[in-house]
Amino acid sequence: MKVEAKILIGLGVFFGLMCLVYWNWSLENAGGVMMFAAMLLCFLPGGYYYWWSRRMKMRPEDDPNATQASGAGVVGAFPGTSIWPFTLGMGAFFVVLALVFGIWFMVPGIGLVAWAMLGGTAEGRRGGKV
Amino acid sequence: MTDVLVPPVHVEDHGHEEHHGPTGILKWITTTDHKIIGLSYTVTAVIMLVIGGMFAEIIRAQLATPNGTLVSLAQYNELFTMHGSVMIYLFAGPFAFGALANIIVPIQIGAPDMAFPRLNALSYWLYLTGAITMLSGFFVSGGAANFGWVAYAPLSNSLNTPGSGADLWIGGLLLTGFSAIFTGVNLCATIFYLRAPGMTMFRMPIFTWNMLVTSILILLAFPVLTAGLIMLYADRHFGTHIFSVAGGGVPVLWQHLFWFWGHPEVYILALPFFGMVTEIIAVFSRKPVFGYKGMVFATLSIAALSLGVWAHHMFTTGVVLLPFFSIMSLLIAVPTGIKIFNWIGTMWRGEVWFSTAMLMALGFLVTFLIGGLTGIYLASPPLDFFTHDTYFVVAHFHSVVMALVLAGMAGLYYWGPKITGYLLNERIGKAQFWFLFIGSQVFTFPLYILGLDGMARRMAVYPHQPQWKMLNDLSTLGAVLIGISTVLFVINVVVSWKKYPAGDNPWDGHTLEWFTTSPPPHHNFYRLPQIRSERPTWDHNHPGHPALGHGQHEVHENEVPAS
Amino acid sequence: MWQGFSIGAVIIGALVVALILWAVFRYRRTSDRIPEQSQYHLPLEMLYTVVPILIVFGLFAATLVVENKEVANPKTSVIVNVNAFQWGWKFTYPGTNALVYGQTTEDPVMEIPVNTNVHVNLTSSDVIHGFYVKEFNFSRYALPGVLNQFTLRAQNTGTFFGQCTQLCGLYHSLMWFRVKVVSQSDYAAWIASFNNPAAEAAAKAANKTTSQQTSSIVPSKPAYTNFGVK
Repeated sequence: MKVEAKILIGLGVFFGLMCLVYWNWSLENAGGVMMFAAMLLCFLPGGYYYWWSRRMKMRPEDDPNATQASGAGVVGAFPGTSIWPFTLGMGAFFVVLALVFGIWFMVPGIGLVAWAMLGGTAEGRRGGKV
Repeated sequence: MTDVLVPPVHVEDHGHEEHHGPTGILKWITTTDHKIIGLSYTVTAVIMLVIGGMFAEIIRAQLATPNGTLVSLAQYNELFTMHGSVMIYLFAGPFAFGALANIIVPIQIGAPDMAFPRLNALSYWLYLTGAITMLSGFFVSGGAANFGWVAYAPLSNSLNTPGSGADLWIGGLLLTGFSAIFTGVNLCATIFYLRAPGMTMFRMPIFTWNMLVTSILILLAFPVLTAGLIMLYADRHFGTHIFSVAGGGVPVLWQHLFWFWGHPEVYILALPFFGMVTEIIAVFSRKPVFGYKGMVFATLSIAALSLGVWAHHMFTTGVVLLPFFSIMSLLIAVPTGIKIFNWIGTMWRGEVWFSTAMLMALGFLVTFLIGGLTGIYLASPPLDFFTHDTYFVVAHFHSVVMALVLAGMAGLYYWGPKITGYLLNERIGKAQFWFLFIGSQVFTFPLYILGLDGMARRMAVYPHQPQWKMLNDLSTLGAVLIGISTVLFVINVVVSWKKYPAGDNPWDGHTLEWFTTSPPPHHNFYRLPQIRSERPTWDHNHPGHPALGHGQHEVHENEVPAS
Repeated sequence: MWQGFSIGAVIIGALVVALILWAVFRYRRTSDRIPEQSQYHLPLEMLYTVVPILIVFGLFAATLVVENKEVANPKTSVIVNVNAFQWGWKFTYPGTNALVYGQTTEDPVMEIPVNTNVHVNLTSSDVIHGFYVKEFNFSRYALPGVLNQFTLRAQNTGTFFGQCTQLCGLYHSLMWFRVKVVSQSDYAAWIASFNNPAAEAAAKAANKTTSQQTSSIVPSKPAYTNFGVK
């Protein structure tokens, strides 16, 4: 995980430097705030990976001499087919249409979104189809 | 070096049952397989390309005469707005990171699927509904959005652009924006967590590296666009005055927010295509990628710098810090130049063979070089002052995007056989290349001259300067050639349908995706080779030709090594 | 500076294209042999990292020199207030009664004297417009609520065509104006021609409404069948 951490922290440091230079030189607030936020966004996962990389043992994908056998076993959960992404997508569609055409679209919109959230979470806990 | 071929790293063991899933439309709606989702993205994106292209042809037809009457002034404003919006938001972005990345990244790193398959599917549905939303502006009274794809305030507020076409544009962008953000999260997680054993970060293919950096850029930039859009919507409908002077707002703030997203966006569009071209040039020169670490460093530099250059789109506002943005914009030329020299270095002393994919990649190189060099002019404020908002800028970015289209076609010809299992016809492909490449140059060169001669952009009618009509007509000819090339592409797809089986590795490819079957099976790999370099398939197929370290030379069979 | 950039661009472009073409022809595939699998060459890579950085700093230095000349504020003797609106231009000359107003293809003319530093105050009444005259190698946005200022110094007499370069709505394509550079005596005479009561009253009214207006002005009938004639 060290390389990932270094990349993100490196980017964060660069944005921090750019933010310092820019904000002090131009006194322009929108750009300064945005770059500060970009710096934070890089430090967040970067810091987490760095902290984590010091505590975990080497994963097979970070080991240059790993054999395929070292990675055998369950990799993760990969739900095969699921109706919930489509439902959530349609719900989001109706929510956006509500912004354009009228608040009543929110009824099917929020309804579908809520249904998809519940159904998708339940499916995740159950295991779902593979 | 022997391979250790093991049963694949796999999901929870479900025995050897058959996959009896749903079929037909229900299968499409419920799929979470990244390959099918990626194919859906590809088909939708190509449809968007055709729609945007049709808008372009109408624009060029209108500009064929100085007082064209093909479309009204209002319709013309809608046309160029939707042309830009469709091409950038609905074609180039989704094609780059939704279509090809979705399909190729997992198989390049040996993963069974993306990290979050259902989120992946959701990204596609948000993209499709976002596209429908944006385009349905044409069917409401008042027409589609007409304020340019950049929607500058205060032109885009409710006073100057009433009507639902603009709101549909905003809504469509909100949906596609979230689609992009979710894809970015997915790609990052997949690349960080699902690599095969032995595939360290510095053994990943360059395409995957570029997609990783693209994802980080997406996560940094798109939320800013979403925030800006919500603010614009609030100004239009909730009575806020964020961008309007009358209420104490600042119109230029919209430009800051928009371009803070907008400039990383063009690199989000470009980096995936850079990655594709890197892979293709290496395979069709039969050599490893030259300067692998330099490429990675250059990609990271481009991404980092791109977040600091946004106001070079705003030099003529008079309210931005000119020297800062000028030096940062000029500096981006350096990593881009490193990449171009590395591409040449990859070909140098290789065995270069010209399949359609390689021709398209070479066309990309030349066209992007021209577009990039003209971008250098625009990075200098004094030069920008008189080229801004003229056709010079239009020519610059069209050079660059035509280069990206060439690269995208290269990607389709290169990876198409892997995804579908069938090759495309090479003769038609080469004809398509020549129409596209020559068409792109014929289209953009007159526009450079027009811009320098003072023709401003976004004009439905133009004053009759003596050579402007002739140059516009020449540009229209180029656009027609590009249109023909697109038709040839569609013909190629139809004619080659299921005709030329591809086999696992038709191009003698280097990276992991060429090790599996075409198309890959469910969960992508039956077996994985040992991974000891960034070219696992090449090492497996050509064990006597590993990539050389610095200063090493190959020892040929007949040579006696110097003792 | 334009020529400097162009020479550099052409040289670099030609060099890279030559490299590409050379690589493609000289190293095209002639057999099935597998070529030497070289993959990096550190000195060469360092070279083409450092040299572009030096070139970039050179370009930036040239930019700074020219930019500082452009944004300098020399003493000016003539002031013009340029007010852009949907869809036309209004030029007022504070301290005099001169006022020029035109919508779309009525083509208002801004007269300025030759070889004089003219201070321009540029603003907009509604949306963002662009003030652009090709022969001046210069454009600047007219922003609502912001006063953009710059100095023009015209060196040749003549009439120069101007356009609005920032999309501003329906008649953006027709927001024309002209800048007429005349000798200093002609300019003085032109200013003097506004010294009659009607012009004085019009100027007073115009100067009152120069500060922000938010209502748009819609021309009654677009005259776009007779443009293109200068």
